[in-house]
Amino acid sequence: MTLPPGSSNESEPLGGTVRGTEGSQASVPPPADNVIIRVEGVDAGYEDVVILENINFEVRRGEVFGILGGSGGGKSTLMKHMIGLNPPLAGNIYIDGDNIVTADEAMLEKIQRRFGVMYQSGALFGSMTLLENVRLPLEVYTDLPDEAIDLVARMKLELVGLEAFTGHMPAELSGGMQKRAGIARAMALDPSILFLDEPSSGLDPITAASLDATIRRLSQNLDVTFVIVTHDLGSVFVAMDRVILLDRRAKGIIAEGDPRRLRDETADPRVRAFFRREQETVVS
Amino acid sequence: MAALAINDTADGRRTLALTGRLDATTLPGLWDAARRAAADAPRRPLVIDAAGVEYCDGAGAALFVDLLRQPREGKVEVANLHPTYAALLKQFDPAVLVHDLDPEPPRRPAIEELGYAAFGVWRDIRTQVQFIGETFAALVFAVRYPRSVRWKDVWRICEQVGADALPIVALISFLLGMILAFQSAVPMKRFGAEIFVADLIGLSMLRELGPLMTAILLAGRSGAAFAAEIGTMRVNQEVDALTTMGLSPVRFLVTPRIIAAVLMTPLLVLFSDLVGMVGGAVTMQSFSIPIVTFLKEIDSAVTLTDFLAGFVKSFVFAVLVAGIGCLRGLQTKAGASAVGDAATRAVVSGIILLVVVDGLFAVAYYLLDI
Repeated sequence: MTLPPGSSNESEPLGGTVRGTEGSQASVPPPADNVIIRVEGVDAGYEDVVILENINFEVRRGEVFGILGGSGGGKSTLMKHMIGLNPPLAGNIYIDGDNIVTADEAMLEKIQRRFGVMYQSGALFGSMTLLENVRLPLEVYTDLPDEAIDLVARMKLELVGLEAFTGHMPAELSGGMQKRAGIARAMALDPSILFLDEPSSGLDPITAASLDATIRRLSQNLDVTFVIVTHDLGSVFVAMDRVILLDRRAKGIIAEGDPRRLRDETADPRVRAFFRREQETVVS
Repeated sequence: MAALAINDTADGRRTLALTGRLDATTLPGLWDAARRAAADAPRRPLVIDAAGVEYCDGAGAALFVDLLRQPREGKVEVANLHPTYAALLKQFDPAVLVHDLDPEPPRRPAIEELGYAAFGVWRDIRTQVQFIGETFAALVFAVRYPRSVRWKDVWRICEQVGADALPIVALISFLLGMILAFQSAVPMKRFGAEIFVADLIGLSMLRELGPLMTAILLAGRSGAAFAAEIGTMRVNQEVDALTTMGLSPVRFLVTPRIIAAVLMTPLLVLFSDLVGMVGGAVTMQSFSIPIVTFLKEIDSAVTLTDFLAGFVKSFVFAVLVAGIGCLRGLQTKAGASAVGDAATRAVVSGIILLVVVDGLFAVAYYLLDI
């Protein structure tokens, strides 16, 4: 770790060092029940428009799970059902064992505190600075001292490379930066599940790669489960453990599994077209 | 739960032994104690012993970073931290987190602030003059080339500005007529002059209150709506898209709104005048003045000039309200709050302008003996 300039005497660095326990492995033991999200027989859509029918899948604790598909394929609609924003037309969704579809208001709030959500546009509050945006959930849900809240919020912003923009208003930043700040805010309370809607769209390749690395690190080190809605195949192959591929015409899941294996081994032309970016794509 | 044990060893080091789960729920009671323990012995080397840490999330990592970043003469190190959490901690650089890298800019001196404010007012006036010129040119163009006007938009806006505003205009005008009648009838009855309440209501509604109240309602309703709609288009870069397509935002967005307001406001004013007088007539029934008598009195007191004096104002008020709403919309900066600001500014400056212009009309009518 490096030192803050001018904040210490010259002989004794103040930044400090970190020594780990020797010989121990960087792994957190998996809990008994390995499934953290279970989607059962869900019909996704709104009002009387059914986009997806009878969707079934599970997300395991600590994995990076991708929801893929073409535009208008129901990815974001499905995610809205999973986070309790809109109820599905049919079926059940269990978050850590609790059904978010049948939950009453108090229970829904309790379930929703277990996860963080980053929306497609970042959804930052325009009247607050970036730091205030990230501080907000910490102020509402923790009793940490003010200085500690400030530090945690700044660390989250450092994690997404925005430590030099804490005092900026969202409107003063680019779309990609707003998105990164949205991720920092979603991570503020260190939730066990993070839902990210198109996290890497609008980011430059270096920032997108850095974000993928952060996702992997959080997943491996802190057992955070990621559910990511995306189109970005680069991120899919680098960051994701498992994916489902949604198809509008089939109104359902047409592939599920390791994205690299799906790309290399699938016989389904629709899946192959999607993963190999073939022009005559059938997936819609 | 989390716990902290402080131990000063014989070799002069201070050890802070942290145990348990370090997260946002367990740290509030521990944070200040750990900082104090570190600050109490600034010259001793400090060892943060994390052998007993069972779990550490972002808040826990923040505690380590906080202790590492504090300025002290003695050396500081984190020992025995599980590699999982050490990897998490290594993502953060305490040096970066010592200083605020994006501090608030220092406040300007008061005299400088005053200068900036005055310049802002001057700039706003200049923008308004420029906007009036552009709008006038666009309206002239619309008169010369009526086909260039998007009439479909005009009729849609007419409905929003006119028909949709009828209930609120009716309610306010009716109540205004009733209140005026009540407030004036009681003292006038003492002199047996309650019949002249009809004169008062007729003149005040036609010359002043009908046009002014309608315009104020229009500013609160349609002016704010214009500002919010165009402001949202500005935020979504739709206005930029119009410009790059070679379409003038003033011609495309402002002209239909001003035409619609100019078509609808006089009709609303007529409606307001009528309903206000009905409100007065209903009230005067309770003072034993029949409706026929009330109307006859109005007919004898009010001239065509009185009616036209109010009616002419409605055209000017329409241009003002629609114009200022559109201008504030086009001036919108970025973000959702900017749209709210634009709507607020449209209403406030719209009402101020209405009152000022109404005052100018009053002076002009006085000088012209109207």
